This record gives sequence, C-alpha cells and structure tokens, in this order.
Amino acid sequence: MKVTENDVTYVADLANLELTDSERQRMAKDLSSILGYIDMLNELDTRDVEPLAEVASKFAGNQSSGSERFAYAMRADKVLPGLPHEAAMQNAPDTDGTYFKVPKVIEK
Amino acid sequence: MNIERMTIEAARDLVARKQTTATTLAESFYKKIEAEDPRIGAYLALSRERAFAKASEIDRLAADGAPLPPLAGVPVGIKDVLMTKGIVTTAGSKILKNFKAPYDCTAVARLEQAGAVILGKLNCDEFAMGSSNENSGYHPVHNPHDLTRVPGGSSGGSAASVAAGMAVATLGSDTGGSIRQPAAFCGVVGLMPTYGRVSRYGLIAFASSLDHIGPFTHTVKDAAIMLGVIAGRDPLDSTSADVPVPDYVAEVGRPVKGMKIGVPDEYFAEGLDAEVRAAVEKSIDDLRSAGCEIVKIKLPSTKYAIPTYYIVATAEASSNLARFDGVRYAYRAEGAATLSEMYRRSRDEGFGAEVKRRILLGTYALSAGYYDAYYLKAQRVRTLLAREFEAAFAQVDAILTPTTPTPAFKLGEKTDNPLEMYLNDIFTVTADLVGIPGISVPCGKTRAGLPIGVQLLGKHFDEGTLFRVASAVEHAAS
Repeated sequence: MKVTENDVTYVADLANLELTDSERQRMAKDLSSILGYIDMLNELDTRDVEPLAEVASKFAGNQSSGSERFAYAMRADKVLPGLPHEAAMQNAPDTDGTYFKVPKVIEK
Repeated sequence: MNIERMTIEAARDLVARKQTTATTLAESFYKKIEAEDPRIGAYLALSRERAFAKASEIDRLAADGAPLPPLAGVPVGIKDVLMTKGIVTTAGSKILKNFKAPYDCTAVARLEQAGAVILGKLNCDEFAMGSSNENSGYHPVHNPHDLTRVPGGSSGGSAASVAAGMAVATLGSDTGGSIRQPAAFCGVVGLMPTYGRVSRYGLIAFASSLDHIGPFTHTVKDAAIMLGVIAGRDPLDSTSADVPVPDYVAEVGRPVKGMKIGVPDEYFAEGLDAEVRAAVEKSIDDLRSAGCEIVKIKLPSTKYAIPTYYIVATAEASSNLARFDGVRYAYRAEGAATLSEMYRRSRDEGFGAEVKRRILLGTYALSAGYYDAYYLKAQRVRTLLAREFEAAFAQVDAILTPTTPTPAFKLGEKTDNPLEMYLNDIFTVTADLVGIPGISVPCGKTRAGLPIGVQLLGKHFDEGTLFRVASAVEHAAS
C-alpha cells in the first residue's frame, strides 16, 4: 500500500497536525510499510461477520438488541455536581477568568 | 528492613503490628528511589506531600488501635496516564508538561481509600503508545535486571519500580500488552483484568474499547489483593461492569488438579526465543505435575491480531487525542495568528513522533473511502478472534502462552523500525481485542539473567481462575 506525501498531507490536515517536510517524508514511508503489513487482513473472508466495536454491552444483564443494549449505561436525568469552574480553568493557557481565550478565527 | 521484595501483606503487617510506621515505610521507599532511580528513570514526579499526609493518617489510626484498611501504609506508584488530583499528570508527554490533574482516577482513589500511600507518578511511553518506554517524552526507563535493556512498555516505569524495590505495588494500563509485556521483561507479576472490571474514569484515554487499568506486584496474591480494591462498578464509567467482585485472594493457592489448560500451537511457532520456550514449557510441565490436563488448542486467527489492533487502537486514539488542541489545557504553541494555526502547531510541537504516527494511521483508517476497508474490516476480524476464544474456553479453563517472543531487548535496538516494535505485542494484543483478562507471571530467567514471563488468559470476569493457576505456576517456579 503506497502512501504518498500528498496522502500524508491530506490526513494531517484532517488530524490538525502541522507536519514539517521531513516529518511528512518519514510518515509516508512508515505508513506505507505499516499499511502494507495490515493488508494481510484481506486474506480473511469477513463478508458475513458482524463487526465488534466493544465488549462492555455484552455483559450487561439486559440482552436486548439495538440501543436497548446500552440501557445499563443510563442514569436518571438529574443535575449532579460537575467539575467546578475554577478547577476546569486552572490549566488554561490563556483566560480572562471566565472564558478560554484563543486567536481569532479568520475566514480565508 | 528489607524493602526490596516486600509484599503488600508484609508492609501492612509491619504497620498493623506497630513494628514500623507508615511514615517510616514511606521514607524508606523515598530513600530507595533517591539511590536507585537516577539509574533506572522509573519516576517522573514524586508526591511527598500527599504521601506523608496519608501516612500520618494511617499512623494515627494505628496508634489509636483502630481497624486498618487492606492497604494500610502500603507504598504504591501510579502510571502517569492516571489522574492524581493536584499532582502533575503528563501521560508521558511534553504536551501535558505542567498539567495539574483536577480530579482523581477512580482506581487511584480506591487505592488511597484502602490506605495506600501514593509515592509518585511513573514514567511510561507517551499516551501509553509503545512497547519499550522509549517513547516517553521525558527520558527512557532502564530495566533493573540489565540497565542497557528496556523494561518493556508502555508501563515501563510501573514494572521497573516494583522490580527494583521502589514501590510495593503499582498501577499501570494495558491496551495492547502494556502491563503484561513489561511485567515479563522486568520479572514481576502484571495483571490485566477483564475489560470493564476496573473503572477507566481518570485514565487518560488511548483506545477506549481496549484500555484497561491493572496492577504490578511481586506476587500473585498481591495482584489479587489489588484487584479486590480497585474492581467494581463505577457510575462515572459507563463501560464499567455491574458484575459482583468476588474474594480473589481466596483463589490463590487453591489446588489446580483436574483443571484444563489450553496451549495454542500458534503461540509456539518460529520466532519464539529458545530460552523463553524452554521456561514456558517447564511451567506447562509443572502444571501437569500439579494435576492439570494440558489440552492442545487452535487459535488460527492469531497472526491477524496485530494488524487488527493497529487499526482499531490507532483509529480510537485519533479520536481520543483530538482533545489536545491547546484551548483549555496542555501545550499551546506561541504566536499563532489563527485558531487553525494554534491547533495544528500545538499538536505538532507537543506530540512525539510515535503519537503522531498513530494519529495519522488512525485518521487514515477512518477517512472517507478507507473506513470500510480498514476500520470496519478490523472490527469484523475482531469478531472472528472473539469466536475463536469462545470456542477454546468451551474446552479449557485457562489458556497458557509465553507473554513475549523474546526477553528484554536493548535500548535503541528497535526504535528505527516501528513495525518491528509493534511485533513485540504479538502474544498480548488478542486479549485486549476480545476483552478477556490476562496475567503474566515470572517463570524463570535466561542464562544472561533476563526475566521470562508466562501468560495465562481467562474467561471474561474469571480472574479467580487466573489467580488460582498463576499461583500454581508461581509456586513451582520459586
């Protein structure tokens, strides 16, 4: 699976990573190698196999289907204390005390 | 007082019998850390204030003759991917260099409520991504058995600190083998509980369907004690299971006669180091002598586990690490003119190479046009793996394999080739993908003195069986 530097740029944009030129080169090489290895999954016939995204819902007492499977993860719609504002702000790089401050969003 | 191989029971006993105080114990461990850690590099930060506050509290209880909790005075270390309120928590990354955790991880809080004294935060591969602790944003960790070698990863600091007597027990995390593999490399016990057995609240997320928190200890019994303290439903983690916590310690030392142990061919193929093979085969013989029936089983999709893992884990990671954008916490690049530039540069400057590689791989696997071929495909292979284990566990009570294909390798040996590094996880990743528990127990050493670990895998929520069989292996190997 050949990953080009353009592919890397496209994916880096999606992931919000400002790669340097040498990083881009290196990543193209690494990703090609790793994806080449991953191609072996095509040896397996999975046409009639359900995907497994997580195992947690398998062990809930209630074994219904669809979104009912996740009923165990629900709670009453009650307001409970959350993270205090001060705690949430304590690691902020730039704040006016109330909000997080960031550079302006400039439309191109 | 020999603290090097001190167990949880021994530590607590000394405090309970007033043969020492929790404060003295903490001081002894800090002295040991000062003496040993400059060579090893296991700790990123020490939490003396918190440690001595807890130790004083335990000492007051002991002086009053009040009943002592199960981990009273026991000095523990915490992997730096776990939040510890008020203490800098970095996940081994420069991007979180000065980040003070605003809350405690549930597992950490439970340990502390049980009396444990938190010594400090342990070094690890950045965001738990790695198999050698060489991806730490700070410094690598050296294997206490041979300082030129890696301790394993990503929980290298957690494993090394127990091995070197710088903590009685530690917490680590396992997503693809990051507890079991370093446990094997460092000659300690490492337990990965069933997915959902231990709350993940407060674990800085790498891959949410694969992450597990678990203990490193000197003995199987200590691992059982630790699990009993941290396991159980947590309303703060909706994936934590509402399954009762049994008495794990009661399983330790129970006879294994008549139990069926599955040995899969696929884990004993070429590429397995000869000395590892010999040590693991000796453990199999020991279990046979103890009355176990050894059953050959097949897990044909084993070789597909690594590619499956590197799609699922990286895809989930690309989503989980999106939160590091420089807005609310963590590193923010200076002088960014626009919001977009701030996001892009903060992330590129703050993350290390391996993290970026995995984010890119995961983003690629999820991107339009590739989602079906990669992510969805990997999820289907995950089902195949799950079915194979289900079929195997219909025949056997536990599965035995080597934990790693080789003993600890040299620092720098595998850093040039990411794929070669990934192959270290070959025996450990399947358990993460299917959510079953696994434990690594030391079963011998190579001629050069490097530890070898044997892995036992169990059915979902059947850690009791694991402790029972593991203690038989441990007993025979001692």
